[in-house]
Amino acid sequence: MKFKNSKLAKTLSLFISSLIILSCQPKIPKEALILTPESLENRQLQTRKYETSDEMKILGACAALLQDLGFGIDESETELGVLVGSKTRSAENAGQIVGAVILAILIGAYMPTDRDQVMRACIVTKPSEENHCSVRVTFQRIVFNSRNEVSCREFINDPEIYRDFFEKLSKAIFLEAQGV
Amino acid sequence: MNKKRLFLLLFIFIFLVGCATTHDRLLDTDTSQVQLRNIQSRVFDTTDKDKTLRTVIATLQDLGFIIDKADFSLGSITATKLNQYALRMTVTVQPRGETQLLIRANAQYNITPVVDPEPYQNFFTSLEKSMFLAAQEVD
Repeated sequence: MKFKNSKLAKTLSLFISSLIILSCQPKIPKEALILTPESLENRQLQTRKYETSDEMKILGACAALLQDLGFGIDESETELGVLVGSKTRSAENAGQIVGAVILAILIGAYMPTDRDQVMRACIVTKPSEENHCSVRVTFQRIVFNSRNEVSCREFINDPEIYRDFFEKLSKAIFLEAQGV
Repeated sequence: MNKKRLFLLLFIFIFLVGCATTHDRLLDTDTSQVQLRNIQSRVFDTTDKDKTLRTVIATLQDLGFIIDKADFSLGSITATKLNQYALRMTVTVQPRGETQLLIRANAQYNITPVVDPEPYQNFFTSLEKSMFLAAQEVD
């Protein structure tokens, strides 16, 4: 097919592409709601069992620990063993700022850098077999840049963070028992 | 010249059609209420609300969600998964008759509602595994 008028061809192609853009909407990724082998791995990383049948005592220690770590409690449902906290911290990164400055000097372009981040922690307790209570913690963060746009939203999956957290929780449970 | 005008008019028309009104967006009128309930709900043969809610929470955590809100009395859990995208999900657990519980989930992917059956089917398949019970479609 050949158009006599190239303007007409251009308009037509613009028209078609606008139709395509309008008709396609972002779709949810297929794997978003499917369990993977990593799900089990993550669960083990994020869970510890404590030898007690007193779920409330564990939840109390968790709330105190969130406070120790500078989190504020956003939501709690003791009947289901749910505790959610959040805090806002700086997300400034020296390397990124240096990169942005160099870019600005070289080509005069402004590159937004990360400014702050909302960090969220969710603790879920669950009574498990015979006198045990399991505690599962998960973290995520939302990073905002200097233009106040969300530059990153992610799940925090660093094993060291989880190990460190449970070490502190063991201490908190001990302190709770001592009434400190 | 006339053709140009015609195209311009067509463009404007299409863009106007593409823009939903606040009314449409607020009430999401483009999906059928009955159909939506069907794809978002499953029935389980159990009456243990506490255990079911706790299993829903555990499944959501397995899927990488963080719990935002939980209410035992209402039987509702809201959670968000962040993985560059934001997926927000609310799951409710309600008694159905004397022997069953009805679980209903609805999700929002970034700024669009999830209306496809497949993601919900995936969620209920994941939930079935943790519940050790089969999810039945609502008649």
